[in-house]
Amino acid sequence: MAEQHALPTTRGRWWLPVSLVVLLGALALGVMVGPAGSWGTADWNIIWNVRMPRVALAGIVGSMLSLAGASYQGVFRNPLVDPYLLGVAAGAGLGATIVFALGRSTTAGWPVDPLPVVAFVGGLLAVLLTYLVGASFGAGRSGVTLVLAGVAVTSLATAVQAFVLQRNNDVIREVYSWILGRLTTATWSDVRLVLPYVVVSSIVLLLHRRHLDVLRVGDDEAAALGTQVQRVRLAVVIAATMGTAAVVSVSGLIGFVGIVVPHAVRLLAGSSYRRLLPLSLVIGAAFLILADIPGRVLQNPAETPIGVVTAFLGAPFFILVLRTRKVAA
Amino acid sequence: MKIRFTALATAAALVWSLAACGDDDGASTATTAAPAATTAPAPTDTAAPAPDTSAAGPVPERIVSLSPTATEMLFAIGAGDQVVAVDEMSNYPDEALAKATALSGYTPNVEAIAAYEPDLVVHDGSTDLGAQLDSLGIANWVGAAAMTFDDIYAQIEQLGVATGHVDEATALVANMRAAIEQAVASVPQLDKPPRYYHELDPTYFSVTSNTFIGEVYGLFGLRNIADTTEGTTDYPQLSEEFIISQSPDLIFLADSKCCGESRDSVAQRPGWAATSAVSTGSVFIIDDDIASRWGPRVVDYVQLVADAMAYVADLSAG
Repeated sequence: MAEQHALPTTRGRWWLPVSLVVLLGALALGVMVGPAGSWGTADWNIIWNVRMPRVALAGIVGSMLSLAGASYQGVFRNPLVDPYLLGVAAGAGLGATIVFALGRSTTAGWPVDPLPVVAFVGGLLAVLLTYLVGASFGAGRSGVTLVLAGVAVTSLATAVQAFVLQRNNDVIREVYSWILGRLTTATWSDVRLVLPYVVVSSIVLLLHRRHLDVLRVGDDEAAALGTQVQRVRLAVVIAATMGTAAVVSVSGLIGFVGIVVPHAVRLLAGSSYRRLLPLSLVIGAAFLILADIPGRVLQNPAETPIGVVTAFLGAPFFILVLRTRKVAA
Repeated sequence: MKIRFTALATAAALVWSLAACGDDDGASTATTAAPAATTAPAPTDTAAPAPDTSAAGPVPERIVSLSPTATEMLFAIGAGDQVVAVDEMSNYPDEALAKATALSGYTPNVEAIAAYEPDLVVHDGSTDLGAQLDSLGIANWVGAAAMTFDDIYAQIEQLGVATGHVDEATALVANMRAAIEQAVASVPQLDKPPRYYHELDPTYFSVTSNTFIGEVYGLFGLRNIADTTEGTTDYPQLSEEFIISQSPDLIFLADSKCCGESRDSVAQRPGWAATSAVSTGSVFIIDDDIASRWGPRVVDYVQLVADAMAYVADLSAG
């Protein structure tokens, strides 16, 4: 299972330009296709105000989730890890549910929409709790304790969310559409809101791509090679969590992207994080933009939730990954 | 010891088979029902007079309502004094608020309901509650979500019979019919039927005409933009692009209470200013509760749509 070569091969050099071309194609297709008609027939007002921000947000969310997923898989050396591992999704979901339960009519007059803010804070608090719990029981050097703490915090937050929801069952539809992912209401202000977090997070993660390659040999060996294992792990986890919490707060929970895309990239271009991270960023953006197209046109003029599309494509792919067993985290 | 045990077992088996046999015999005839009831433990015994006969028999004095719609109907036909408790969602009329409890119609707890010692429970049949109440021998009436105006009238009349307010129920139905007829007649016919978008929540969930809500707009010949969906659901989530490109003449917001949407908030959505409804100010708020309950206040709903239609007619005239 160990990778034969960690160095990017010459063949690998082609993948980045190729994936960029794919992304450009996805962008063009995403902007051209939609319920209101194709590029020539649709009103510019709709294309600019509704379709373009949605395509942009899909791209940003897709790239962030894929990059975070690949990074988490690296630091925890576990191929099954997704960006929601440490409780970000459950914490953000709880935060969003609380805002919905407060009543959107109450919050409508507030100067700032509390939904993304509270979801973001909820996600970060959940991960902080996971980290404190994991650390207090002596986080194993491979991070297993941390992962288990994440499972516990996720269950806790989900239970509280279910309770709040049960007490306010008039908001079930809103919470439900948030949980299944909502690119449906994307605006340019959403894009402006998340972009700074995603840019900072992506830069930090990309800067650590060589460290992630070293970590693949094991903590002790990596330490012997001069890597500060705990510092790298902390930096990567914080950056990935920040980015994930930011995108989740505006897009809701979009499943499987963070697992499917990094593994697809591994199958195509090898497991070196030097290639995996930038490729995941680009392919992830293209994937979610393309996945959102059936969401918009499949049941036109009705919507198909993006989370349904990604999971529907993701689950069979996941089985394929398990079968081919070419994955080395 | 062993022998005695076997004998006991045989005896038990014999009794069992006899009982089973008797059961088989009696299943088809009504005669065994009576002895079964007399030998049965307390719950069914005490409640035996209540079920089935409630319509013609004694008038219920302790009604528990788990449906906000049924609560509105009960108070409108003068049965409010017989109501002892209403569920947490029942918030109309004001007199009902005095009887508000934490009882839930979505996740009903039959023990908590039974604690009010009701002699009639009204609910919407969306849960398994009916079977549980039957097993306790508590009479219950089900008013499922109405699909047509006739469903509403029928439910009001049924409640009138069940609570001993037949005359009031008949009068209420007559008044509703008259008010709705008058509201519809007050609106001038338009050459081209306006198209509307009915919003259930800010993520663009809507309804098709195949619902009670669609029925209300249908009175006025309005066209629903959601009717082009070919899905199996009557509550589709429309895409924003589609709504804007359809440029509906009227927008009805049934998400003002839940979600704080308003004429202003819709106008501020990017791209929406271009729609006919926003540019002509034809965005109307319908109280979330009125739009989701099939009770007596459907008259208010119809009147509101009539007012909206009059506004649109004025626009096209002037």
